[in-house]
Amino acid sequence: MARVVVDVMLKPEILDPQGQAVQRALPGLGFDGITDVRQGKRFELELEGPVDEAALARIREAAESFLANTVIEDFVVRVEEEGK
Amino acid sequence: MTVRVGVVTFPGSLDDRDALRAVRIAGAEPVALWHKDKNLQQVDAVVLPGGFSYGDYLRCGAISRFSPVMESVIEQAQAGLPVLGICNGFQILCESHLLPGALTRNDHLHFICRDQKLRIENVSSAWTSDFAQGQEITVPLKNGEGGFVADERTLDMLEAEGRVIARYLDVNPNGSRRDIAGISNAAGNVVGLMPHPEHAVEPLTGPTTEGLPFFTSILKRLVNA
Repeated sequence: MARVVVDVMLKPEILDPQGQAVQRALPGLGFDGITDVRQGKRFELELEGPVDEAALARIREAAESFLANTVIEDFVVRVEEEGK
Repeated sequence: MTVRVGVVTFPGSLDDRDALRAVRIAGAEPVALWHKDKNLQQVDAVVLPGGFSYGDYLRCGAISRFSPVMESVIEQAQAGLPVLGICNGFQILCESHLLPGALTRNDHLHFICRDQKLRIENVSSAWTSDFAQGQEITVPLKNGEGGFVADERTLDMLEAEGRVIARYLDVNPNGSRRDIAGISNAAGNVVGLMPHPEHAVEPLTGPTTEGLPFFTSILKRLVNA
C-alpha cells in the first residue's frame, strides 16, 4: 500500500493566530529560541493502486479543490517512501 | 404573490429556525430546505444560516460546499437567485467561490458573542435595499472564525465596486481586513454577512429589530420584480 502526504499551510501573508499563540507559550514552558511558529495540517492518504503520475494528478486535484482553500492556503503533495 | 424564501438546514446548522422565523416576520413564506435534497422547491431566494455545518470539519463550510443542495444553490445563484449567507453561510459562500476571500480564525483566538454595531455601506444589493445608505445598526455577532481576509487586489476591487455591504463600527471584533462585516458578488444577488440579522427581528428576543431590513429587502425586490 502506498502513502501520499498532503501538507497544507496558511500562505505566508495570512495571519496565523494559532501559531502565534503556540510561539508565545513556548518560552514559559522552557523552550527558548523559537522565533516563529506556523501551524498547518497534514493529510495521509493511503492508495489502493500504484503511485503513478495519474494518481498524483488526481490527488493534486483533490488538494486544490478540497483539502486546501487556495485563497488562504498552499499545499505540497509528496510520496512517502515504503518502509518508513 | 407570495414570496417564498428557503432556508437550508445542514447537519450542525444552529440558526435555521431563527432564519425561518425572520423570513416569516418579514412577510414572506419560509420554506425549509434540506442539505441532501437538490430540489430547491422553486423558492425565490435562499438563506444559508449560521452554525457549525458538518462540525466545521476540514474548514468551516468546506464540506457543506459539496452537499447536494449546494449544487443547486451554486448553479442558481450564478443565474441570479438571491442568496444570503449568514456567519457559517458566509463561510460556505466563500468556500463555494460565489464570494471572494475567506473567513479565518479570529485574530485574538476567542469566540466572541456580542451585540455589534455596523454601518450599511451598500443599499443596492438584493439584501440591503431596504436600508438607508450609511445606516448604523446593532445586531448580534457570534463567531470563532470570522476574520475576513483577501489579497489586497481583491480588497481594492471590492471597495472600488461598492461590494462591501457592511462594516464593523467602534471595534473590529475579529481582525477582518478593512473592518469588513459583509460583501456581495458583482451582480449583488449573493451576499455574505458575518453578524446575525436574523437574531434582531423582534423586540422580545433581539437587542434591536434592525436586522429585519435584510429580509424585507428581498421581499420588496421580488414583489416588484
